[in-house]
Amino acid sequence: MYSAKVMDHFANPRNVGELADANGVGEVGNPRCGDIMRMYLKIENGIIEDVRFKTFGCGAAVATSSMATELVKGKSLEDALLVTNKAVMDALDGLPPAKIHCSVLAEQAIKAALWDYYTNIGVDPKPILGEIESDCHGCCGTEGCGV
Amino acid sequence: MKRFVYADNAATTPVSPVVLGKMTEVLTDVYGNPSSIYSKGREAAVLLAEARAKIAGAIGATEREIFFTSGGSEADNWAIKGAAEVMAKKGKKHIITTAFEHHAVLHCTQKLEKNGFDVTYLPVNSDGVVKLDDFTAALREDTGLVTIMMANNEIGTVQPISEIGKICREKGILLHTDAVQAMGHIPINVADLSVDMLSVSGHKLHAAKGVGFLYIRRGVRIANLMDGGAQESMRRAGTENTASIAGMAAAVEDAVAHMDERHSKILAMRERLIDEVLKIERSRLNGSRTERLPGNANFCFEGIEGESLLLMLDNLGVCASSGSACTSGSLDPSHVLLAIGLPHEIAHGSLRISLDYTNTEENVDYILEILPTIVRKLRDMSPLWDRIIGSQK
Repeated sequence: MYSAKVMDHFANPRNVGELADANGVGEVGNPRCGDIMRMYLKIENGIIEDVRFKTFGCGAAVATSSMATELVKGKSLEDALLVTNKAVMDALDGLPPAKIHCSVLAEQAIKAALWDYYTNIGVDPKPILGEIESDCHGCCGTEGCGV
Repeated sequence: MKRFVYADNAATTPVSPVVLGKMTEVLTDVYGNPSSIYSKGREAAVLLAEARAKIAGAIGATEREIFFTSGGSEADNWAIKGAAEVMAKKGKKHIITTAFEHHAVLHCTQKLEKNGFDVTYLPVNSDGVVKLDDFTAALREDTGLVTIMMANNEIGTVQPISEIGKICREKGILLHTDAVQAMGHIPINVADLSVDMLSVSGHKLHAAKGVGFLYIRRGVRIANLMDGGAQESMRRAGTENTASIAGMAAAVEDAVAHMDERHSKILAMRERLIDEVLKIERSRLNGSRTERLPGNANFCFEGIEGESLLLMLDNLGVCASSGSACTSGSLDPSHVLLAIGLPHEIAHGSLRISLDYTNTEENVDYILEILPTIVRKLRDMSPLWDRIIGSQK
């Protein structure tokens, strides 16, 4: 069901761990739904110099986190904002339909970390990032877990 | 060489040499249609009769009470939908089942609910066993069918079917049990259980996929599910899957003949596995340790998710299963683990290891060698684990 790229990024995830000197940290998802992603960004002069992630979740959750870190690493903030869930999915050669929400979560995790960064430097992130769906939005097919 | 351990025998089993031998013989030589009048057909009819007799003997039934099907799901569907149709004509609209049945049962009862039936889904206790008090309290004047599994497919817990059976028999309520997981692993006698219908699947006990049977007690009338030819005493149409049926009969015979010795061997491996796995911090065994099938071990590991665990085990050559959301294509955690009262976040991190006589102590050694490392690796990258450990400090 998973592409070879998904399996590779799951078995050998890139940029796993924490960043002690991160200046943007964001977390999305919740344990009830079965996935949580936390992103650490180290941003200097408008460039994402380093990135790490920690993820609780299925194979696709780990693989999309890993791929998202690869796609934003070394990018300018403007370019990092262009990393959509679709870009993450395409880079992984696709995901099974039930796993598309993982790629959404990965995109949101990057945005949540950027939100934290902008807030830290005293810039209002809302005009730049828009709304972030940092929590459950009914991915389990019910009204949502309300966490 | 990469090691390989198959530890998902509750999902399916490899066809055993004795079954393969029988099936090959039938496919090669006994190719007649059992309904044909000539000798080649009669030969196949005799083969079917022998298979039926073997299976009937293994569960304390008579030949006329065994009906071959395409597997456990068909047997469950037939028993429940067929009984419901007859019930409705008698004005009975109430069915009792449990919250943690296999979906072959749950999806039938859910469909019947849409068609006007009332269904009670009994809770199970934290050990994964139905309480008799809950069962008797659920009984109504218009209860026409009870369908409760003999052993749960995820956590292997064995249900008090004979006690439930006695009550049903007294009250004249039909009792069906899904014995797909239990058959071949624990003794089954339909008279002792007081069941009216019992479903079995062949591939869980080293027969082929796509074959099973439904026991229907003599005198019990249920509507047909499959209409067509006059096979199976005009109750289940379709040319019989002779090779698979003969193979299943050989498998049942083999399982029953060796049940005691295999039971001890499997239980010893399983108990050691549980003892060692529970040394992993924040792990738990799901379901009663004693009231369960000998080969079943079902664990939860806090802070990690089941599918990731399975994929990592697979990378190291171990096939196991999870009740996790991700394996079933839905994002909800296992309905079985929720039914025994686990919170969602813990139910996501489950692992089912199901051993059988084809496994060895070396297989258990290997699982025990790699599992703690995998759990640690996943926890190291889990923000949920950070939270759990953080709140502990």
